[in-house]
Amino acid sequence: MKQNLKIAILMTIVTTVLLGLIYPLVVTGLAQLLFRDKANGQLVSRNGQVIGSRIIGQAFVGPGYLHSRLSAAGAGNGYDAANSGGSNLGPTNQHLIDRVKADIARLQAENPGQPVPVDLVTTSASGLDPDVSPAGAEFQVPRITRERGLSESQVRQIIQQHTEQRTWGLLGEPRVNVLEVNLALDQAKAMAAK
Amino acid sequence: MTANGWLQIVIFLALILAVTKPMGVFMTRVFNRERTFMDPVLRPIERLIYRLTGVDENHDMRWTEYAFAMLLFSAVSMLLLYLMQRVQGHLPFNPQKFAGVTPEHLAFNTAASFTTNTNWQAYSGESTMSYFTQMAGLAFHNFASAATGIALAIAFIRGIARRQMQTIGNFWVDMVRSCLWVLLPFCIVGALVLVSQGVVQNLRPYDTVKLLEPQQVQHVGADGKPAVDAKGKPVMDTVTTQTIAQGPVASQEIIKEFGTNGGGFFNANSAHPFENPTPFSNLLEMFAIFTIGAGLTYTLGRMAGSQRHGWAVWAAMAILFLVGVTVAYWAEARGNPLLAGVNQQATATQPGGNMEGKEVRFGITNSALFATVTTDASCGAINGWHDSFMPLGGMVPLVNIMLSEVIFGGVGSGLYGILIYVVLTVFIAGLMVGRTPEYLGKKIEAYDVKMAMLVALVFPLVILIFTGISSINGFGTSAISNPGPHGFSQMLYAFVSGAGNNGSAFGGLSANTLWYNTTMGFDMLIGRFLMMIPMLAIAGNLAQKKYVPPSLGTFPVTTPLFTVLLIGVILIVGALTFFPALSLGPILEHLLLAAGKTF
Repeated sequence: MKQNLKIAILMTIVTTVLLGLIYPLVVTGLAQLLFRDKANGQLVSRNGQVIGSRIIGQAFVGPGYLHSRLSAAGAGNGYDAANSGGSNLGPTNQHLIDRVKADIARLQAENPGQPVPVDLVTTSASGLDPDVSPAGAEFQVPRITRERGLSESQVRQIIQQHTEQRTWGLLGEPRVNVLEVNLALDQAKAMAAK
Repeated sequence: MTANGWLQIVIFLALILAVTKPMGVFMTRVFNRERTFMDPVLRPIERLIYRLTGVDENHDMRWTEYAFAMLLFSAVSMLLLYLMQRVQGHLPFNPQKFAGVTPEHLAFNTAASFTTNTNWQAYSGESTMSYFTQMAGLAFHNFASAATGIALAIAFIRGIARRQMQTIGNFWVDMVRSCLWVLLPFCIVGALVLVSQGVVQNLRPYDTVKLLEPQQVQHVGADGKPAVDAKGKPVMDTVTTQTIAQGPVASQEIIKEFGTNGGGFFNANSAHPFENPTPFSNLLEMFAIFTIGAGLTYTLGRMAGSQRHGWAVWAAMAILFLVGVTVAYWAEARGNPLLAGVNQQATATQPGGNMEGKEVRFGITNSALFATVTTDASCGAINGWHDSFMPLGGMVPLVNIMLSEVIFGGVGSGLYGILIYVVLTVFIAGLMVGRTPEYLGKKIEAYDVKMAMLVALVFPLVILIFTGISSINGFGTSAISNPGPHGFSQMLYAFVSGAGNNGSAFGGLSANTLWYNTTMGFDMLIGRFLMMIPMLAIAGNLAQKKYVPPSLGTFPVTTPLFTVLLIGVILIVGALTFFPALSLGPILEHLLLAAGKTF
């Protein structure tokens, strides 16, 4: 009894040091050595200014940008990357139905006659989804084209360049990285100053 | 549902099939203390640990001492985690300068949660916990609670395999060997693979980046409400930056899955791009969740001397897994009929289906699959919010946990959980033919069945009592975020998840209150330890018994008939107990949704 209590206390200390400190610090060291960029969050810079992480979404509402999905992470337009999370609205919640209805009306005004891809009117799980579906990107092509004065094929080409297919043609879903597309759009043609 | 979706599911199960034997053989060698290829490195570390802590590795324990050592270790380490949270403001590795965790009941809840392998999270990781607490507190418990679970499963198997012996092994040795041989090597390699996919691993302060497009956000006043000016127009702030949370994530991410713990570094758990950035990382995480549970069925077969019995148990698990994933996938792929004018059809360019609370890179298939896997096992990590699943899609995780998470199951707890069902199965089969039931050469007698029933009864009792009290009191119902039957499901899910030591949630429930933190804390402790103690009692009792050679009247536990009967007992004992509760929650919601009703 006493013996086991003594062991329990010492065992907690010893294993905490081994598994709680030595292990994560060794992994941190190895990760920084082998995959420095990935281990630090794949930060992207433009003109010497860090403007985001390649795999963390940002909010875009300007008509010349490819828009991200809806986000429930943080206030306002979401995408608070220190406050990840989803809407947790249930399928029969009236708030969900109303929100989707309003967004459909807004999106159909932009691109009349086209059914709205579901990922454009739903919040992501993390609130930081860096991607939209290829259908969700295609839906936005006419608006971006209008606003930027680029041709549809130019916009499509940019989207295509930042579309990732299923891993090995098998795993996951095809997706378009929104931040990368918008960086490329800015590079292709800055929007007219307003 | 698409061909590609089914292919991804089948490939996942094939991987689990492939890893079962190697993992099982390896664990058998580790716990029989035979030589393995890692001994040259690990054996000196093991000896050092015993020397530092005073463990006599040749001392064998009776079940009572085994249980006692396990309880002491859990209690001491739980206390340490509580203290660590409270004083984290004074500890190192805290670049965000987080203060100690308050209130006390949140720290208690979290300490109970991680000690019991539940990882229910009433806090949000990136805004509450310092890197020190994450590593030395939470990630450490991911190892410790997983190793404890594996140790107990091994002790149970010894109880079956040993003849006329008083002892079932040494808890300290089993626990340490679980950590060193089973968990740690896989985690070091797996963590680095995850980093190669984009899971972060650093100790830097959160990064602040300049947004490409500044955003207008309504100002939130001191009262926490959106501010308006004198004319009633909203006051807007311009947000120009994004703060990106960082941390030592990969090292915690891998043990979170491999130890079926499930507590996310970030609030969004495995949906967060820094926890689960690619479809491949997602596959690896799901694979890690099932590996030990699947392997232990093989270890059972090997140590108890009936390999075919191990596979018969595996088959029951695989069938229940396929049923669950089929229902979840079907429900989510159908989409939400209440959303008119939305294209929810799966095509080559979009996942379609119910995408609320899901990530594009995972789509429907991998979200439904992950939800099934994480609740078949007692993991509780999520890559999409179960709260936003369709009623029947969300019922799959709920039912999986109600069945006690025996479908491959939590590390260790899945195996001893299903062995409780096996004991009941042979007992019922024995009743049918009017003979004393036997299991792998051991007579199953009144004491064993009483203990098994204790396990089977405590679980629904604690869940239904807490859910019942919550449903009729303001302190319970005020936490609900989705009205109607879904709100009942939110409360039910919480207590099921706690007692089942799963830790996933219908996340809209505002559970960080005195009532929920306290009751959930006890829910988790009861669900863990009041299962483990009777289970060890059975093990100790079985170990003492004489071997009875199988005769013509013995019900064979190696046949498809046994597998079918086992599934039947799991469904009857597990699902029937909860059927009334289910019909008030997800089933009712499903019917009302079909009738177009919203709340």
